[in-house]
Amino acid sequence: MTLAEKILATHSGKRKVSPGELINVRVDLVLSNDITAPLAIKEFRRIGVKKVFDPQKVVMVPDHFVPNKDIASAEQAKMMKEFALEQKLVYFEVGEMGIEHVLLPEKGLVLPGDVVIGADSHTCTYGALGAFATGMGSTDIAAAMATGEIWMKVPPTIKLVYNGKLRKWVSGKDLILYTIGDIGVDGATYSAMEFTGDTINKLSMDSRFTMANMAIEAGAKAGIFPVDDRTLDYVKSRAKRPYKVYESDKNAQYSKVIEYDVSKIEPQVAFPHKPSNDRPISKVGNIEIDQVVIGSCTNGRLEDLLIAARVLRGRKVHNRVRCIIIPGSREVYLQALRKGLIKLFIESGAVVSTPTCGPCLGGYMGVLASGERCVSTTNRNFVGRMGSPQSEVYLSNPAVAAASAILGRIAGPEEIMR
Amino acid sequence: MKLRGKVHKYGADVNTDVIIPARYLNVYDPAELAQHCMEDLDPEFLKRVKPGDIIVAGSNFGCGSSREHAPLAIKAAGISCVIAKSFARIFYRNALNTGLPILECEEAVGKTRAGDILEVELSTGEIVNVTRGLTFKAKPFPAFMLKLIKAGGLIEYTKRKIAAQRSR
Repeated sequence: MTLAEKILATHSGKRKVSPGELINVRVDLVLSNDITAPLAIKEFRRIGVKKVFDPQKVVMVPDHFVPNKDIASAEQAKMMKEFALEQKLVYFEVGEMGIEHVLLPEKGLVLPGDVVIGADSHTCTYGALGAFATGMGSTDIAAAMATGEIWMKVPPTIKLVYNGKLRKWVSGKDLILYTIGDIGVDGATYSAMEFTGDTINKLSMDSRFTMANMAIEAGAKAGIFPVDDRTLDYVKSRAKRPYKVYESDKNAQYSKVIEYDVSKIEPQVAFPHKPSNDRPISKVGNIEIDQVVIGSCTNGRLEDLLIAARVLRGRKVHNRVRCIIIPGSREVYLQALRKGLIKLFIESGAVVSTPTCGPCLGGYMGVLASGERCVSTTNRNFVGRMGSPQSEVYLSNPAVAAASAILGRIAGPEEIMR
Repeated sequence: MKLRGKVHKYGADVNTDVIIPARYLNVYDPAELAQHCMEDLDPEFLKRVKPGDIIVAGSNFGCGSSREHAPLAIKAAGISCVIAKSFARIFYRNALNTGLPILECEEAVGKTRAGDILEVELSTGEIVNVTRGLTFKAKPFPAFMLKLIKAGGLIEYTKRKIAAQRSR
């Protein structure tokens, strides 16, 4: 069995599961946010149970439109908070809060071998820890909050093998954009993507989170990494309960094996309006921009801010560009503060925001006008994703985003740092 | 259960951000969401749509965000059924859970144009293009899913499961 199959087998009380099999899975964590929780709560009430199956395994994080952007979103956040307090759920108010997929691993709430479902498509981020994590809708989440179980179809696993040495300024974001460009936005639909190879073994946790995060952009049910020393180092100081490490069998069956030589991969930019529409930075051409966003559940971790700071240090954001930098959580924010990054960002002409999903989905804190272009370290560049349907979003890694902010056009860091 | 309506046709990879943009997700009432359904992809959709109409689209319909608001908005806009070459997996679950009928049928998508009249029989998966005199057969639901649909969706299914646990 593959890593994903082993986790699902254990959680469904079976010795073996095979792709396509419908199983009932016991979940270790059920997640929702200020957009998806209200619907889930409404459906939960309809089921007619009084209490969630286990309040320590149900997490609600206000992160999308908070601190509340308008009265309607304030009502939704209030509904979620009242339910979370009434049910004594795991809940983080703004201040302690972070973007859910940055926050939960930091808090040790997701551990290797877990099954996690969340009413947010980027729940797949936790695969970086060797967990099986997948996004679902609010009704599925309501049912799981009531029973602690959910039905799933066992996905086939696609094995992705990355070998070779990364070029300078190439990170997990570029590997995943390149992969999505190769297999397409439905290239892994219904499947689990297992990320392996020499390059992956040397890849930082933050870059792994970025890659697992965007598995959904290839249509995948989950993106998953083998657990190694790096994972265990990350988890060791955070875990407050036991966990189990699984690994794929040598004779595991994969639906497909795809190999990449990463030494050929440049920093990637995904052009509007699909994450698969990627080009190497050398083939971008002259594209002037109005905004840069560095942050999100995809690239809002410390490594991302450190990279952005390396590029921005001693330089100024172009006077035409709004450069918005958003640490993904309080922990990331505090670390950035201690390392002097926040001062550096502000002095360079960027604006720094409290953690929020805001601009990534056109909520607030950086909505685009018609005709405006944004380079963003987020995950989606669909029509209207960050504001006007006549605006454009270009996805990149934090180094490209920072360099673009300085030059006022899409550019790689090598143009300014030789 | 027989459905009949006029076709609104779209291409591949229709994502949930264009079905219902996130800027309107500060509410969850289906009727309110429906007022912005498809507006970034097809601003005329809401003027054209009539109760019972059918969306026909290419592959990977409903990709992107997990927002259940997407099938809720489509249903509340009056759409009776979505027929696509394939669906993104979260949307597939959400549609069934919220009672929006969806069918996968590549041939029907290929041979149907905007404005055609379709008749759909959900129990058999038969799709008749009345305008062109063509009949197609959609992929039937897996047995497990039929059970869930017969129970009236996931909430009813869960209610029954909990009642059964309590009576043990």
